[in-house]
Amino acid sequence: MNEPTLPTTPGREFWLGVRDEAPILLGVAPFGLIFGALAIDAHIAVPLAQAMSSIIFAGASQFIAAQMIGAGTSGVVILLVVFVVNLRHALYSASVAPHVRHLAPGWKFLLAYLLTDEAYAVTITHYNQEGDLAHKHWYFLGAGLTLWTTWQVSTAIGIFIGAQLPQAWPLGFVLPLTFIALVVPAIRDKAGVVAALTAALVSLLTFSFSFKTGLLVAAFLGILAGLLVEGRPK
Amino acid sequence: MSLWLVILLAGLLTFGTRLSFILLLDRLKIPAWFRRGLRFVPVAVLSAIILPELASRNTVLDLSLRNPQLYAGALAVLVAWRTRNVLLTIIVGMVALLIFQAVLGIV
Repeated sequence: MNEPTLPTTPGREFWLGVRDEAPILLGVAPFGLIFGALAIDAHIAVPLAQAMSSIIFAGASQFIAAQMIGAGTSGVVILLVVFVVNLRHALYSASVAPHVRHLAPGWKFLLAYLLTDEAYAVTITHYNQEGDLAHKHWYFLGAGLTLWTTWQVSTAIGIFIGAQLPQAWPLGFVLPLTFIALVVPAIRDKAGVVAALTAALVSLLTFSFSFKTGLLVAAFLGILAGLLVEGRPK
Repeated sequence: MSLWLVILLAGLLTFGTRLSFILLLDRLKIPAWFRRGLRFVPVAVLSAIILPELASRNTVLDLSLRNPQLYAGALAVLVAWRTRNVLLTIIVGMVALLIFQAVLGIV
């Protein structure tokens, strides 16, 4: 995916991040469009709908929050649900933490803000490849900002075209496809296969759990299964 | 609570969650098993997001052979595995979904 033989510079890392994130945008942009349209459909004011994408900046939780706002749900309940739905980001946070440990606090805050599913998936792959750690945070920044910009713009377009979005188009399907494209190449050994299959199976068994708590249970059991298969390091 | 305040607090909660271990790991001594477990985070979390999306339609679980998303998803897994190409995986998956929907007579 990148050229490890070339010496890295901040600029080169940044553009590598932009380039590797680019194909993901095909999956993210329709999702942003749908969110914008859905928010307007739920009678959320235009500036507030756009602010949800820039302030919360977490797709799945924004969809649920928009639906709850439309239904007149109380603020405390909305906050609780957004928190639980976004808890998986704590796992991402733990996962990137060793790689950004050497950075100044300003960088850590900025990269934490940009730590979405899609930016994480691309960036962690890059971190796990060989290479100098010195400038890899620029890759993270490039991938993160690319996704951020796409999310803001596609939300805005969704707000404007709103209800004109054809209902029959199965646009939402691009998101799981994007994740498939990211996760399959990341499975490199038996432990990885077991972790993926366990998480996938448990996610079906816990499908009826509220507010994506099933996802957390499935992810934890998947990680545990991976650890068990891998066994103790020699 | 005004909606603006709700959105602002929701944003702070999300940001805090994303920042949590990035800051905590500086202060804590993390056990070795925890560090090894982190390797499985992307694969486990993303798999747990993907399968319910493929297996459900209109928020209802549909594991029947008439669910076109399962076929399209399986084909996408195959393409991703063989080519490691993100764009190709998405395009093949979308085209496959449209074809399987037509074949199965589902709008």
